[in-house]
Amino acid sequence: MIRQFGLPEALAILSGVQATILLSLIAFVGGGVVGLAVALMRTSERTWLQRCAGFYIDFFQGTPLLMQLFLVFYGLPVLGYKVNPWIAVAIGFTLHASAFLGEIWRGSIQAVPRGQTEAAYALGLSYASRMRNVVLPQAMRISVAPTVGFMVQLIKGTSLAAIIGFVELSRAAQIIASATYKPLLAYGCAAIVYFVLCFPLSRLSMRLEKRFAVKT
Amino acid sequence: MSVNPDQRSRASASADAPIIEIAGLRKWFGTFQVLQDIALTVARGERIVICGPSGSGKSTLIRCVNSLERYQEGRLVVDGYDLGAGQKNIDTVRAEVGMVFQQFNLFPHLTVMENCMLAPMKVRGTRKKEAQELAMRFLARVRIADQALKYPAQLSGGQQQRVAIARALCMTPKIMLFDEPTSALDPEMVKEVLDTMVGLAEDGMTMLCVTHEMGFARKVADRVIFMDAGQIVEMGKPEPFFANPQNPRTQAFLGQLLH
Ligand SMILES: Nc1ncnc2c1ncn2[C@@H]1O[C@H](COP(=O)(O)OP(=O)(O)O)[C@@H](O)[C@H]1O
Ligand SMILES: [Mg+2]
Repeated sequence: MIRQFGLPEALAILSGVQATILLSLIAFVGGGVVGLAVALMRTSERTWLQRCAGFYIDFFQGTPLLMQLFLVFYGLPVLGYKVNPWIAVAIGFTLHASAFLGEIWRGSIQAVPRGQTEAAYALGLSYASRMRNVVLPQAMRISVAPTVGFMVQLIKGTSLAAIIGFVELSRAAQIIASATYKPLLAYGCAAIVYFVLCFPLSRLSMRLEKRFAVKT
Repeated sequence: MSVNPDQRSRASASADAPIIEIAGLRKWFGTFQVLQDIALTVARGERIVICGPSGSGKSTLIRCVNSLERYQEGRLVVDGYDLGAGQKNIDTVRAEVGMVFQQFNLFPHLTVMENCMLAPMKVRGTRKKEAQELAMRFLARVRIADQALKYPAQLSGGQQQRVAIARALCMTPKIMLFDEPTSALDPEMVKEVLDTMVGLAEDGMTMLCVTHEMGFARKVADRVIFMDAGQIVEMGKPEPFFANPQNPRTQAFLGQLLH
């Protein structure tokens, strides 16, 4: 029986947005924390730390997110760990996002002029203070645009969680599309919701860039 | 000059011991030798001006003194701390040696006052309020206290360089290093920075200045050093140095400067 596309169907799609937002938040936070560590390792003066971070970045940038999610979801149980799907996506998205953010932030850290680091050395600042008070605040300004760009990609990328059973925005739209035979309407609704999520981010990025430009 | 009570791994630090001792210093960048057997002893309160053609190793030499550059051979002892004896000595020396760069290198995201407060708070653990007072005191001394709340980009080059001097002074350094502090400035701003440096010299600061401002050298230097190709070619008191240079390379260099 073919269902009509009505309010309940539109709401069903909307309810998928919850999972999409939660998945995105997990990816931002996990990717942000681990990504910062990766970026700091990549820019460290110790060669072995640089190499580890370099391999990590190459590996997770060089393999599809889909494979990473499969590997975590089906791989960990093989090793004897039962994984809850939320844990699996948290790990998968963290690995993926941290590799990309790590690389973006490495570039931003290295784009801070060498003289800034030298001035910090010359004043006797410790590594922690040099990073926290001198280098990272400047790197952050440089990285706003690429970071937000990647976050937008990431929100859209959360649709991949559908393959391990999440009913997020895309999957919800797909279900409604096949139940109602109104794919255009169903996917159109989903597209609008994605846009509503991503557009303010791009806007925010522009505002931040402008504000930093005035200050310095 | 008070003697630091902290005795990490200091060899000699009595008041009349030299504050900088450099012996047999050699440094390579890859296969290129930048410093060839440098020997230099600096007394407390002494003002030294280093000049020489571009690429002769002047920057590299003074950057060795606060370990911005490492060296491969020789001995470099600053205020009793051997820089070849581990990171702890390096950290101590960096906190005691101030440096002023050609490009100012102020922190652009911090106000003038915050630039000055950062190191005292983070390195010495000075409280915020005291750090503010300290910053204002030294900003007043370089006559720029009225700009304390501005960001570096809002100041002229000469003002920025004076802030950079104040920022270094806030760590109450025992030695100040200057690497061509006026070379990036418009001509009309050179004087305000040189005047600040002369003031420092009159207060008895130990100074190592790489500069081609020969008027400054005549006025404050105890000794002038001429470097070429990684070597100290000639060294002497300013009067004989300028009036009667001995080495042909010094003569050629000074001759060029005058024209
Ligand atoms: N980081 C570096 N790597 C390789 N060569 C360098 C580096 N820094 C300086 N040099 C070289 O060392 C020489 C001396 O440089 P420098 O000390 O800056 O000279 P100066 O300050 O007298 O102009 C120059 O030939 C320069 O090209
Ligand atoms: Mg130089």
